[in-house]
Amino acid sequence: MAQIQIKNIRKDFGDFNAVKESTFTIEDGEFFMLLGPSGCGKTTTLRMIAGLELPTSGEIYLDGEEISQLPPSKRDIAFVFQMFALYPHMNVRRNLSYPLVSQGMARRDVKAKVEEVAGILGIQDILNRPVGGLSGGDRQRVALGRAIVRDPKAFMMDEPLGALDAEFREHMSEELRALHDRMNATTVYVTHDQLEAMQMGDKIVVMNNAVVEQFGTPQEIYDKPATMFVADFIGSPSMNFLHFEGTVGDGAESVTLGGEVMHVPRTRQGASGKLVFGVRPEHVTLSDSGAYRGEVLASEYLGTTQIITLDTPNGELKARIDSAQVAKVGEKVGLGFNPKTITLFDEGSGRALRSDLNNEVLAHV
Amino acid sequence: MSEVVLKGLSKSFGDDVGIADVSMTIPDGAFVVLLGPTGAGKTTTLRLISGLEKADAGEVWIGGRNVGSETPAQRDVAMVFQQYSLYPHMSVRDNLAFPLKSPILNTPADEIERKVAEVASVLQISHKLDNKATALSGGEMQRVSIGRALVRDPSIYLMDEPLSSLDAKLRTDLRVELKRIQANLGATLLYVTHDQIEAMTMATHVGVLNEGRLVQYGSPREIYENPNSLYVASRLGLPRINIVPADVFGGMPDGVTQIGMRPEHIQQGEGQEAEVQRVEHLGDQARLHLMLKGHAITTIADPHTTYTPGAHIKIAPRNPLCFDADGARIS
Repeated sequence: MAQIQIKNIRKDFGDFNAVKESTFTIEDGEFFMLLGPSGCGKTTTLRMIAGLELPTSGEIYLDGEEISQLPPSKRDIAFVFQMFALYPHMNVRRNLSYPLVSQGMARRDVKAKVEEVAGILGIQDILNRPVGGLSGGDRQRVALGRAIVRDPKAFMMDEPLGALDAEFREHMSEELRALHDRMNATTVYVTHDQLEAMQMGDKIVVMNNAVVEQFGTPQEIYDKPATMFVADFIGSPSMNFLHFEGTVGDGAESVTLGGEVMHVPRTRQGASGKLVFGVRPEHVTLSDSGAYRGEVLASEYLGTTQIITLDTPNGELKARIDSAQVAKVGEKVGLGFNPKTITLFDEGSGRALRSDLNNEVLAHV
Repeated sequence: MSEVVLKGLSKSFGDDVGIADVSMTIPDGAFVVLLGPTGAGKTTTLRLISGLEKADAGEVWIGGRNVGSETPAQRDVAMVFQQYSLYPHMSVRDNLAFPLKSPILNTPADEIERKVAEVASVLQISHKLDNKATALSGGEMQRVSIGRALVRDPSIYLMDEPLSSLDAKLRTDLRVELKRIQANLGATLLYVTHDQIEAMTMATHVGVLNEGRLVQYGSPREIYENPNSLYVASRLGLPRINIVPADVFGGMPDGVTQIGMRPEHIQQGEGQEAEVQRVEHLGDQARLHLMLKGHAITTIADPHTTYTPGAHIKIAPRNPLCFDADGARIS
């Protein structure tokens, strides 16, 4: 299969800049997610890799060969559209055969290949059925099969599960990921759903406003967000931002929040002015004591855990705590923050300050 | 607000059972969520209470009176539907005032103004009152349609998946908001959804429906921690509860044929050896997908777990839920 290198690609549509100079590498066999809100440029990026759009500038390498200006048919990349795009008048076998027949493959080879792919997808028994009567899952498997039969170097998928209801989507995403693990095909997958990206992806690129905000493994992006956008977009509930004004020296190990000293990972750069103290909900603890206090506004029971919404001197905050712990609405409680996990941001630029926590990750952003 | 009581309520549509023999009490001031998949009878129940459908058998009591012979208007219920249906040519203010201008209610003008202002402030749309309804975002439109129910002071609010057409972030915000509003008003609310998160987070009482029958009714915590059947156990919890035959781990009492283990109720480091199939790092936790004697099992681990596919790990159930062959709970 294939490694795909993206170097400084940019795309303009007239005056509109859809993708700013972006650089990242998709390693051979990776399940790679392009994640971001609608209009962020993720689909345009995918279409440039597939050859459905030509970049305004920059290069794309497929296994070392520069392909950015080649037509799609010369790239050996399969694009899986919204998966329901099948030929309705053909049966499953002919839907699967079609890409091979149109390539001029010998009839016998086509048959063998279709059988093989049907085996991989577990759809041998429906090969002679018309696609019209198939269940949603089977239609999706057939659409996938039509991409797989060509043995492409890589697969491009644009929100393939977007149209499905939640339960079925969970099932198909597991199936898709399991299929990937069997075939180890390099896959680039576009989604706006952060949970889907975290669950399925080996690596994630987070895009916003035509810019790559961060690129890394799911856990890295979650623990060490490079920007406030990433911190907010990833995680549910997302990272809490406690706003404060102050000065943080290079090498500082604490900040002052609402008059209280809070420990943070040792900083590797100084900053002053409007700053943000970023803490994930599961790294907030509630106690009777504790000088930094908040008032409980709401609690949401989730089984083993509960989400508590609190009002603090620095803004609203959500905590994820054990559901056995009692937190009454209206009650004032002490708040603690796990110091090893804190990310500080500069509010103006939205960028994370470098610290012992994130220095390695930010070095290549 | 009023208590609403359903007694042996049944409704079929031809051969299809809508609901069958549903009895429940919705206490005054309660936030009751009916949970179930499509076709379980959730919407039918709402429509029977509101009077949009006529029951085949059984009774609906609202505030101590049997409303069987009353029209929807006489029953004095307020409904909110999944698709916000606002009057597009009217301003937000006029949309909110509309239900109060009904000839049946005959509300004085200053009272209408006061009510609209109050509800707009609760829903944080005061600054949008003079906007056209069509000039609002999806979330604002849904808040207006909820507001149109809130301006009235009905016996009960009936809501049919009002948040399901909104995006995830907005849904989360409105969930908290709706619960806060309900608690502040002391309103009686019956809310139907197929979304278990909505049910768990908002409800004071959850009713689980299966094929038209009310199979369990209790607080979210009771339903989650003490389900009376395999069906109910599977409706709540993400990732879903793991169900395996009792003999996989052994040591279960007689009559137990299957056990249910919530992903967070699996002990690691002792018991049976399972193989790690896949590890998902979700940030706040890692999900381990395991295979044990041909059974797929999901459990959770520290987000920074170092397990990789192919690794072996011993697991044992911790306080498993036991079920008989029919899926009924054995305690």
